Amino acid sequence: MTAPVKHDDKHVAWRGRAESVEAERTSAELDDAAAIKRLRSRSRSLLGWMMRPHRRAIAFLVGILVVQNFASMAAPILVMVAIDSGIPAVRDDGDYSILVGIGVAFAVSAVLEYVSLRLYIVQSAKVGNAMLYALRNRVFWKFQRLSVSFHERFTSGRVTARQSSDMESIREMTENGMDDLVMAGLNIITITVVMLVIDPLLAAVTLLTFPLMVMLAKWFSRVSAIAYRRARETVAVLIVYFVESMGGIRAVQAYRREERDKEIFAKLNTDNRHAQAKGHHQNAFMSGGMKGIGHLATVVVLLFGGWQVMQGNTGVGVLAAFLLYMKRFFDPLNELVQFYNVLQSATAALEKLSGVVDEEIEVAEPDEPRSIECPRGEVRFDEVEFYYREDQRVLPGLSLHIPGGQTVALVGATGAGKTTVAKLVSRFYDPRGGTISLDGVDLRDLAEADLRDNVVMITQENFLFNGTIAENIELGKPGATREEIVEAAEVVGAHEFIEALPDGYDTHVRKRGGRLSAGQRQLVVFARAFLADPRVLILDEATSSLDIPSERLVQRALRTILADRTAIIIAHRLSTVEIADRVLVLEAGRITEDGPPEALIASGGDYAELHRQWEDSLV
Amino acid sequence: MKQYLVPYRIRLGAQWTMVLLNVVAGLSIPPMVGAAIDGPITNGDLVGLWRYAGVVAALGALDALLSLTRRYFQTTTAMAIEADIRDVVYGHLQRLHTGFHDRWQTGQLLSRVTTDLGMIRRFFAGGMVFLIMSTFMITLILAQLLWIEWRLALVVAASAVPLFLLGRGFFKNFLPAARAEQDQSGEVSSVAEESALGIRAVKALGRGPLMAARFGKEAAHLRDLGIRKSYIASRSWSAFDAIASASLGTTLILGSIMVANGGLSLGQLSAFIMLQLGMLWPIEAAGWVLAHGNEAMTAADRIYEVLDTEPAIRDRPGARARDRSAIRGALAFEGVEFAYDDDDRKTLRGVDLAVKPGETLAIAGKTGSGKTTLVSLPSRLNDPTGGRITLDGTDIRDIRLDSLRRAVTTAFEEATLFSMSVRENLALGRPDADEHDLLEALRVAQAEFVHDLPYGLDTRIGEQGLSLSGGQRQRLALARAVVVRPAVLVLDDPLSALDVHTEELVERALEQVLQDTTALIVVHRPSTVALADRVALLHEGRIAAVGRHSELMESSPDYVEVLSAESEEVAA
Ligand SMILES: Nc1ncnc2c1ncn2[C@@H]1O[C@H](COP(=O)(O)OP(=O)(O)OP(=O)(O)O)[C@@H](O)[C@H]1O
Ligand SMILES: Nc1ncnc2c1ncn2[C@@H]1O[C@H](COP(=O)(O)OP(=O)(O)OP(=O)(O)O)[C@@H](O)[C@H]1O
Ligand SMILES: [Mg+2]
Ligand SMILES: [Mg+2]
Repeated sequence: MTAPVKHDDKHVAWRGRAESVEAERTSAELDDAAAIKRLRSRSRSLLGWMMRPHRRAIAFLVGILVVQNFASMAAPILVMVAIDSGIPAVRDDGDYSILVGIGVAFAVSAVLEYVSLRLYIVQSAKVGNAMLYALRNRVFWKFQRLSVSFHERFTSGRVTARQSSDMESIREMTENGMDDLVMAGLNIITITVVMLVIDPLLAAVTLLTFPLMVMLAKWFSRVSAIAYRRARETVAVLIVYFVESMGGIRAVQAYRREERDKEIFAKLNTDNRHAQAKGHHQNAFMSGGMKGIGHLATVVVLLFGGWQVMQGNTGVGVLAAFLLYMKRFFDPLNELVQFYNVLQSATAALEKLSGVVDEEIEVAEPDEPRSIECPRGEVRFDEVEFYYREDQRVLPGLSLHIPGGQTVALVGATGAGKTTVAKLVSRFYDPRGGTISLDGVDLRDLAEADLRDNVVMITQENFLFNGTIAENIELGKPGATREEIVEAAEVVGAHEFIEALPDGYDTHVRKRGGRLSAGQRQLVVFARAFLADPRVLILDEATSSLDIPSERLVQRALRTILADRTAIIIAHRLSTVEIADRVLVLEAGRITEDGPPEALIASGGDYAELHRQWEDSLV
Repeated sequence: MKQYLVPYRIRLGAQWTMVLLNVVAGLSIPPMVGAAIDGPITNGDLVGLWRYAGVVAALGALDALLSLTRRYFQTTTAMAIEADIRDVVYGHLQRLHTGFHDRWQTGQLLSRVTTDLGMIRRFFAGGMVFLIMSTFMITLILAQLLWIEWRLALVVAASAVPLFLLGRGFFKNFLPAARAEQDQSGEVSSVAEESALGIRAVKALGRGPLMAARFGKEAAHLRDLGIRKSYIASRSWSAFDAIASASLGTTLILGSIMVANGGLSLGQLSAFIMLQLGMLWPIEAAGWVLAHGNEAMTAADRIYEVLDTEPAIRDRPGARARDRSAIRGALAFEGVEFAYDDDDRKTLRGVDLAVKPGETLAIAGKTGSGKTTLVSLPSRLNDPTGGRITLDGTDIRDIRLDSLRRAVTTAFEEATLFSMSVRENLALGRPDADEHDLLEALRVAQAEFVHDLPYGLDTRIGEQGLSLSGGQRQRLALARAVVVRPAVLVLDDPLSALDVHTEELVERALEQVLQDTTALIVVHRPSTVALADRVALLHEGRIAAVGRHSELMESSPDYVEVLSAESEEVAA
């Protein structure tokens, strides 16, 4: 777990050491040969999954391509017919019928080509886009279900990288690839057949180059897989850095980090450039090699075929046609080399995505979910043990029973584990030992939807989504009417300031709610939670950024709202605690005091001391 | 765009020359083959055949070699250009004011430096080279065709007319379609990023399915735009194809007749046709190249949208650097007004306030009264829309931004941490800070918990510092501001996430620092007021009252309302 990370490099020191080397990847993406093999096969099966629903469409597309291929294949044949029979017919007999036939055939093939190509372009775009759409959604949904701890190490930048740059790589493949692939495949087959028919001997000579090409392709496949795999990593790191520094641009500017950021970014950019270039360079070698092989074949056929002609074994026309075919044999191959490049890059992206898709969900949905018939909101911790890092137990063994409807305040020093308790009730994490249950049902057995309907938490970070204020409040209860939204805002005392904004509830909050003040953001989040109307409400420092009048307003609202609800309130401002039925003092993950606030104050313990300090601070 | 190519002009020139040579080499092979058939093979001249074969082999080798090297350098150059532009855009984005960043979703910016730049790169490495190559090739082929049989060649050349018309129509329709798709792809990245960043909020409410539906909608829109684009493409691409083969058919028929009439030799005809076949695919691929070109154009537009945005906050001409040690820290607001640019109401409507060097001034005010706005002005994260702010008597706009921000440091109300080492986060504003400075700052902010992290200061903290507790984050952010040892320290509600006990410890430690530092502290609680020498009450965009806490408690009812817990009982 604590494998040494190379750390002496000045350029990476800024990143710091992650807890484990695997911090930034899905567990599927290990380095050893077996894992890579598994990865390859997974990415292939992911590709299969993408293509399966479109089997018919793809078959249809291949059909179109076959038609197209034959249409274009007609040209050399027609040339041959024209030279071998059309011309003599006109010259010797003044008979134009063959030429007319050829003309008609050309016209037909042009029309055919037009129609089929048009169909092909649209159909393939439909299939390609539909596949990407499905993949995007699947990956998104997977990310949504993965646990918070996964996201903690994976970072949003990497999620974005998977959804943008990796998808882009695959899009490139779906966009330009299939026709090349099929065309080249068809070409190889049909032209081989045609060549065999025209002149088996010459054909055999041509086919001798095959092993060479296979060897070259194998080499490229091997080395470029490594190169592109690495390129996927470097671009992800680049994106992570970009996303983070743009998200924290205020701090960047206020702390004059621009230069350093540019320096680091430039380094990442260069790394990425080299990584990307590597694969492309390998591709250049392959491409040159393929061309060379093609020319070699031409020379051999020219010599051998020429000799055959001299011997009288073949006609000149046959040789000419044969050489034409060879051109048509090798030209698409060169295209195919380009496609192969795109394919390799896309495969690397698919590997990354299949890593995500196959990542095990730490906080998994139960196989046989149980539901709660009539929720009372009773929460029970039974010998709950929890740690983020094995050597640092945040909760060494917590037992706690909160009856339905009780309002519990959780107080304690910063870092004591209050938020951790709250996150456990919301099942952001599963306990490492012991059980947590809601109305007697272990959270691990509870259906996700049931849990979320009953337990809602306001997190310490007030997160607003891009959209209007109304939309942000509505998140608490999708489909809520405007009246309900306004009512929720009124209850928490947010209505007034919202109304005063230029567009009222339809004011756009901008990125992360930048349009609002910190306290206003907090009120909006509060309104969101009220609208959700859960059995168990968890407030983690939900009033920390409010001024005293607003806080008071919120408290008054809480008093009525929490009357018949279970609530866990975490607050450093003891004013908020006063509305609680019961206070728990948490110290280093243990409950040291437990009782109604008045009783605790009277008893003269830690809480009494805290309370005294707090009262002192008020003057 | 041109300026980014200039540094590479020699390379680009060399490359394009290579492309041309490559074309020549490639093109000279078929005539050689044709000549071999017409000459030695027809005549039964084996030695001659060998000679021709040798030439073909040499040309072939040259072709392959050129193809390899040109591709090699092509990608190298294109990627270098891409990386250069990316650096420039990144640097520019970093200078753009926060107002810009509030408005632009990160995903949109990201799609510009990744997807869009990728398109431009691909055009440089592929499309553009192809365009040059095929134009040249077509010219060459046409020249040869003219040489062989000019009448037939004119027939071939005539096909350029419909091609041109088609291409023009294509441009008109395809550009907006490509643009729409690129914009939407930025939108999709934005939703992806946001839903990952806000994963806790999403999970806390169980809104995963809703987010997925939202994402699905955006993704579906992207898909539909992609398909729409293909409809536009299909119309012209397929016509390109059909025209190319129709033209081939025409020449074949006409050529055959000419051969029959003795106007053309058989070898000439087959050479002609073979050459024309070589012209087929550049024409067929023209649609594809045009599409790439269009996409690169719209991508460049999108990038220029960002690059053309001027940073709103810049050095004034004649602005001078100030040495940190020469700054005493007398800060004054003189009739400062501020309005956010889309809000006609002023957030600040004439703030007059003077802070003496070394003084600590607390700023109180209701939620949304403009405290954060006010304290963002001295470090010029925003510029006042009226009035001015002076530092030691100099308008801060006449001080170089860099030195101003060294002198004035802010700890924001929300700790903005990065997923880097603790050390890097801590030394954000002063990379040259030594271990002692860091430890001292950690002590002041009571952030010594970092020593218990697995690798101490070298531990990487999670994104936005989310692997720390709320109070730990805040203290780390505070320590970060303290490390800078600024002349003016701005603390925006710095202790909101701390428990009373820790708060007291921090206050005590901070006091020493604040003794000789000018400080602006936004406060919400009476407890934090203790740090300050004086308190200013911000009310309706003005400073309604300034004085000592105890004085204001007596004299200002507004102040009492904002900061006193006493009146609580009124509610109950
Ligand atoms: N995601 C995480 N990964 C690793 N460690 C964590 C993570 N979240 C919290 N911790 C650690 O667990 C301990 C308890 O954190 P928690 O957030 O529960 O504290 P808290 O009581 O809520 O404190 P605060 O009042 O400051 O919010 C802290 O030492 C913190 O550093
Ligand atoms: N970027 C912005 N664009 C437009 N208006 C804004 C922007 N940021 C803040 N505002 C508005 O300006 C007013 C003042 O906001 P500010 O953040 O300065 O308040 P504050 O006093 O710090 O409040 P709090 O105590 O909640 O932090 C608010 O009404 C807010 O809605
Ligand atoms: Mg907490
Ligand atoms: Mg504020």
